[in-house]
Amino acid sequence: MPQLIDVLGNPVENPWLSLAKDATLEEVRQSSDKLLLLPFQLWLAEKAALLATGKTFGVWLDSDQSCELLAGDLGLLPLVALNFPTFMDGRHYSSAVVLRQQMQYDGDIRAIGDVLRDQLFFMKRCGFSSFLLKDSVKLEDAQRGLRDFTTSYQSTVEQPEPLFRRRA
Amino acid sequence: MYRYDNYDQQMLQDRIAQFRDQTRRFLDGELESSQYQPLRLQNGLYIQRLAPMLRVAIPYGCLSSRQLRKLAHIARFYDKGYGHFSTRQNIQFNWPKLPEVPDILAELAEVEMHAIQTSGNCIRNTTTDQFAGVAPREIEDSRPWCEIIRQWSTFHPEFAHLPRKFKIAVCGTEQDQAATQVHDIGLYLTRNFTGDLGFQVLVGGGLGRTPVIGQVIREFLPWQHLLTYLDAILRVYNREGRRDNKYKARIKILVKELGIDAFRDRVEAAWDQGRDGPATLTEDEVRRCKRFFTDPPYESLPDHNAAVAAALATDVRFTNWHDRNVRQHKRPGYRIVTLCLKATGSAPGDLSAEQMDFVAELADRYSFSELRVTHEQNLVLTDVRLQDLPALHAALLREQLATPYTGLLNDMIACPGGDFCSLANAKSIPIAEAIQRRFDDVELQKRIGEITLNISGCMNACGHHHVGNIGILGVDKKGEEFYQVTLGGSSDRKAALGKVLGPSFAQKDMPEVVDKILQVYLARRTADERFIDTYQRIGIEPFQEHVYATTH
Repeated sequence: MPQLIDVLGNPVENPWLSLAKDATLEEVRQSSDKLLLLPFQLWLAEKAALLATGKTFGVWLDSDQSCELLAGDLGLLPLVALNFPTFMDGRHYSSAVVLRQQMQYDGDIRAIGDVLRDQLFFMKRCGFSSFLLKDSVKLEDAQRGLRDFTTSYQSTVEQPEPLFRRRA
Repeated sequence: MYRYDNYDQQMLQDRIAQFRDQTRRFLDGELESSQYQPLRLQNGLYIQRLAPMLRVAIPYGCLSSRQLRKLAHIARFYDKGYGHFSTRQNIQFNWPKLPEVPDILAELAEVEMHAIQTSGNCIRNTTTDQFAGVAPREIEDSRPWCEIIRQWSTFHPEFAHLPRKFKIAVCGTEQDQAATQVHDIGLYLTRNFTGDLGFQVLVGGGLGRTPVIGQVIREFLPWQHLLTYLDAILRVYNREGRRDNKYKARIKILVKELGIDAFRDRVEAAWDQGRDGPATLTEDEVRRCKRFFTDPPYESLPDHNAAVAAALATDVRFTNWHDRNVRQHKRPGYRIVTLCLKATGSAPGDLSAEQMDFVAELADRYSFSELRVTHEQNLVLTDVRLQDLPALHAALLREQLATPYTGLLNDMIACPGGDFCSLANAKSIPIAEAIQRRFDDVELQKRIGEITLNISGCMNACGHHHVGNIGILGVDKKGEEFYQVTLGGSSDRKAALGKVLGPSFAQKDMPEVVDKILQVYLARRTADERFIDTYQRIGIEPFQEHVYATTH
């Protein structure tokens, strides 16, 4: 089981069942799980029927899917997961920033996919609040990765005041 | 020069610890090669033909004598006794050992230097005009703005994994010596009709496989909005830039595919979010950064010196050097001196550890301990007293650093090429050397006059061949090295891309080809025409006729 950690690096339970990109409404109906993380396509196509099941949903976006597509739905979604097909695909750093700053999303933004320790610090600064670590990543290493740097220059989601406004 | 405070220094220490650990994990087999590669690249570490190559950042080309001595030490102790200054105002070491690189970074940190983001798909070292702050008739000193951009771009979390590399140049002088228009973002400092300072912003310029001159995305950006606007451009690029094909991943392709107007609309929409937010620059911050770039304690000096006048009247070697390597300074009695690193027989931009120490000494003695690195791969002493020129010249002669060719044919740009680089299709250094040998005559150089000749060993164009008046590109033809020639390129405010002359040439023919091109120019030019002026007037055909008529 991949380890889930929160923004402080604490290990947390993962109650969400994640469904694959080609998942169907039927799978959702038949699932005994109450918390389901859906691929965006399914959410888009079957929103009304999904809501009628009474379950709670999150949505995961692939790196070529724009978070603006969730504009009207964020109030219904306690979790948005952003998938990194490879850690070198940096599109979702911007998605997290847009979700937080532009779309005012205050639910959980989770990094999933190729989530390695050396990117965690940057993800955290962009507004990610949980990280589903790749199997190969050890918990202590991830915790260290979240603290790679003591301070930073830029205005970010985590710390909107840039260093030049904080410099003593 | 900018000096680090505790925050800057702490970030550097954190980075070294991080990279030391990443390298340890790689060497211990905990980190896969494919995972380590982007991490080492973002620390300037390439794996080359013969050894790793470490590229050290020289932010916007500013270097202190203390830093240069450290580079000399690194060249001697960790490398083979020399370094190579690149067209991006950085320095490269060709022979470090991977396990020692963290130690090199720790040594660099002692003098506020690093290799952060000198490679990889991230925002690279910001470059500028080497005469910033000392040029006469400057619009505005670009260095404080470069420093502001340096800080903004260093470990920017949102832009750590862009589709491709990203280069920003800033220019505040009349004459653009920073090749501003062929950068992903080019910023010209300017004033609007009410006298307020801001930037004309260009986007989508670049060389490489698809050379493009940048287009204006905003005529006037008030300085306060610099960082929020850069954030907006980078965000659009990060989200929409192509990632399916690394040769189409630069921002220039996105701008081309969308068109500048549609691209601008997207940037404006993104900018609406950050505009006037906390990243808006403050007067306090600009003042703080400007304090690092105030004038050194200049003396009040006359702009005439009898000894220099006498030397100019009697000493031909001094006069030749003075004509090409000494420029007007904003202060009377001071001059800007270029050290042309193009002595025939040494690779363009290469400097030995001994020469580095020597130049550091000269900077201490003659130029307030500061130097600049130019994108033409030369060094500059920015603040030399007029009266010191004869002594400085004599000293430079002793170390083969008085080459009187700045801005002339032999002052050519060349990438390291196939001798070192694993990307190259062909060698660059032997071509440069063969041409330099053929034309190594000061009277001949003077007769040819101002010209730029740029050589790249492959289409990645590190040697900026597209914007050389004469450009030479190494190509591979069934395993053999050939060279394609372009004419008419230029990287100043009237930037232009060169046109291909015709079929490529064998290595041994290159000096002859250059000679033939110059024959046409010398025969056809009017009194004061530079090569580029003649080319623009007569076009490429006369050159084609002459060059191909006799070699084929």
